[in-house]
Amino acid sequence: MRGVNAALGAAGLAAFLALGEAVPRLGLVEEAYFPPTSRIAEALADEAADSAFWTALGDTLTGWALGLAIASCAGIVAGVLISVVPYLREATASTIEFLRPIPSVALIPLAVLLYGTELRSVLLLVVYASFWQILIQVLYGVQDVDPVADETARSYGLGTWARIRHVLWPTALPYVMTGVRLAAAVALILAITSELVIGAPGLGKRIGVAQASQAVPEMYALIVVTGLLGLLINVGARTVERRALAWHQSVRGEVAV
Amino acid sequence: MLDVRGLKKVYEGSGRRVEAVRDLTFTVDAGELVCLVGPSGCGKTTLLKCVGGLLTPSGGEVLLDGRKVSGPPPGMAFVFQEYGRSLFPWMRVGENVELPLKQKDLSKARRRELVRDALESVGLADAVGAYPWQLSGGMQQRVAIARALAYEPRVLLMDEPFAAVDAQTRADLEDLVRGLWRERGITILFVTHDIDEAVYLGERVIVLSASPTVVREQLKVDLPVERDQLHTRVDPRFAELRTHVYEQIQAAKKGAAAS
Ligand SMILES: Nc1ncnc2c1ncn2[C@@H]1O[C@H](COP(=O)(O)OP(=O)(O)O)[C@@H](O)[C@H]1O
Ligand SMILES: [Mg+2]
Repeated sequence: MRGVNAALGAAGLAAFLALGEAVPRLGLVEEAYFPPTSRIAEALADEAADSAFWTALGDTLTGWALGLAIASCAGIVAGVLISVVPYLREATASTIEFLRPIPSVALIPLAVLLYGTELRSVLLLVVYASFWQILIQVLYGVQDVDPVADETARSYGLGTWARIRHVLWPTALPYVMTGVRLAAAVALILAITSELVIGAPGLGKRIGVAQASQAVPEMYALIVVTGLLGLLINVGARTVERRALAWHQSVRGEVAV
Repeated sequence: MLDVRGLKKVYEGSGRRVEAVRDLTFTVDAGELVCLVGPSGCGKTTLLKCVGGLLTPSGGEVLLDGRKVSGPPPGMAFVFQEYGRSLFPWMRVGENVELPLKQKDLSKARRRELVRDALESVGLADAVGAYPWQLSGGMQQRVAIARALAYEPRVLLMDEPFAAVDAQTRADLEDLVRGLWRERGITILFVTHDIDEAVYLGERVIVLSASPTVVREQLKVDLPVERDQLHTRVDPRFAELRTHVYEQIQAAKKGAAAS
């Protein structure tokens, strides 16, 4: 079954690529704006040979990883604190509901004012967008703590810190993982967007430059790279999730004892 | 050793007021195995949580060795009715049993020894590496008991621990508890809604009324210390005792309905 699915997936992708080759060649769309697949592949190979491309990729990944790491730590700490300190949840609920829906891109002017085209601009936007994803999941996760499990821990004399560590954290972990996976995708979007719009160094800026200089196949090649990045990030996050949550219902069947 | 005086618990919240326990007074001596029996919903769990320091009583007090209980006291272990939820699914059996010991000042070797010993006592020595959810209900409850044993409590509180396991497993677990009690000399307060279980297990049975709950009767179980499922349950004295408790509980229910 798995093999059949994989074969179908590969066939679908091949057909898509073939279509991308045929349609411009047949003159159905203007080749100047929609270069055929082979032309994009060529541009991709050229990019791979260019050290400036690798620098841009590194810049984007730095912004993404750093932003995600900061947002994860902040989101987890804030989420746990808000849940554990009495009344804090009620006191912060309306503020969170107000701040969360603000689209990160609306903060671009602010980022430019504060940091210009530096990495910090990218970080501001990436962190803002990812933070909420993680915070909200942590808050859900903490609510999922089983009262019986918590009472058990209490009855054996586990203090607040021990209960956070041994009961609250493992319960919230599946939610945290989901939050980080969602945040990782959002962080990539924001990293590319801010580079593209603000002109901070990275793949986004390179896409903008390619467009401005009419290097259409290169532009497509870079877009393909960002797509591949998104794919890799998702696959990576799911793998980490499966390993860390071997005990969890959604994964359980696979564990050998 | 355990002294419950005028215990009262009222749940208040969201506009509803439930008087779960009205006025309970009884004592449990050191090394005794006492069964508390009462109809479902009469406040047995509430009572046990007050004794275990997990709930603050609305009135009265609980004394352990003359000292007032105001939080989970060291030296007391709790076995919950919901064993499935009481074990941590993210920890293996061995880790579940070991976790409470980490709060104590014990060497790693000593902790290992206690874990092994406790699991052996309940016949699950080879399940150390399994996850709780890979075990049957009866085995899970055994793990919960092992966790309590490893903690080396002087007082063991058990809240309907066998209510959710099948009859055969239940009989085995009852014998296990009696065996452990005799071996280790722990003081056990065992809550159940099952009259037969109360009489079979207890040295003394405390019968609770229906809600609002008071102690309706206390009676000594004068069956031999050596008990077994086959002979004890057909002992005429066993039948007498269980009939007596049964009548008390029926009367308690009627009394509650009439008032
Ligand atoms: N947390 C709670 N909040 C409000 N009422 C409760 C709570 N826990 C139990 N009760 C009520 O207290 C009464 C006694 O409950 P419980 O102690 O669980 O009885 P038992 O264990 O004997 O079945 C019931 O009427 C129940 O609805
Ligand atoms: Mg109960």
